[in-house]
Amino acid sequence: MARMKFVCDAERCIECNGCVTACKNEHEVPWGVNRRRVVTLNDGVPGEKSISVACMHCSDAPCMAVCPVNCFYRTDEGVVLHDKDVCIGCGYCSYACPFGAPQFPSQGTFGVRGKMDKCTFCAGGPEANGSQAEFEKYGRNRLAEGKLPVCAEMCSTKALIAGDGDVVADIFRNRVLKRGKGAEVWGWGTAYGSKQAGQPGVVAPEGAKS
Amino acid sequence: MKHVLWMIALAALVSACGEKPQTLGTGKQDAAPYEGTGKAFAAGGWKQGDKAGWESQLKARTQQGQNDYGRMN
Repeated sequence: MARMKFVCDAERCIECNGCVTACKNEHEVPWGVNRRRVVTLNDGVPGEKSISVACMHCSDAPCMAVCPVNCFYRTDEGVVLHDKDVCIGCGYCSYACPFGAPQFPSQGTFGVRGKMDKCTFCAGGPEANGSQAEFEKYGRNRLAEGKLPVCAEMCSTKALIAGDGDVVADIFRNRVLKRGKGAEVWGWGTAYGSKQAGQPGVVAPEGAKS
Repeated sequence: MKHVLWMIALAALVSACGEKPQTLGTGKQDAAPYEGTGKAFAAGGWKQGDKAGWESQLKARTQQGQNDYGRMN
């Protein structure tokens, strides 16, 4: 199996925030933490574009590189996860992440920064699959249930696609060929490598500009 | 001489007191997702613990659920 990837199709995203709501509900994410959010460029201007943003589970994740306590790890499926029992909430990862994925819950009277929270690709964390401990720390482990991330499965226009990188790229490529436009895959090159970024390896979907 | 020996013995005795391991990083092992949750609440089409079955089921689910061209056109 290839590694898991996200693609957000800016031609299709209608800024409904269904993905954001689905994620918050599925994982019971606390107030003030948004594992996923929708960003609109040129809001209100004809031709505005929206994209759904979360952790992209980068091939060469900068958060992993800068973490002083080495709490991150990558699964065999390419999902970047972290151990909340090790995280010290320093916030280095949030400065390093190009997508603004790491979130920090404000706890206590003085808003002390808590342990980092981010999208898990609905793959839980380093606790027993499907356990209560895993749910409370990381949310539901849908991958272990044979399902895909809820944000993508709930997307009404299928703008957000998640799954095996090869399958996802095929779906997107077919779409671009059928409609004849909208080949830009926002964040693909940054997350999964491109010649532009000087990272050989993962190739963007055919005809895509990142 | 006796004094020095006492000091060495004392140092050896207290050297390990209160020392906790300071290993960096996560020591936990995350179970692979294809191993499943052990609960019945899971998608059909694969058997928990079957890696190949899990992979093919997920690929089929991606196509079925997210490729609308495959369904409509």
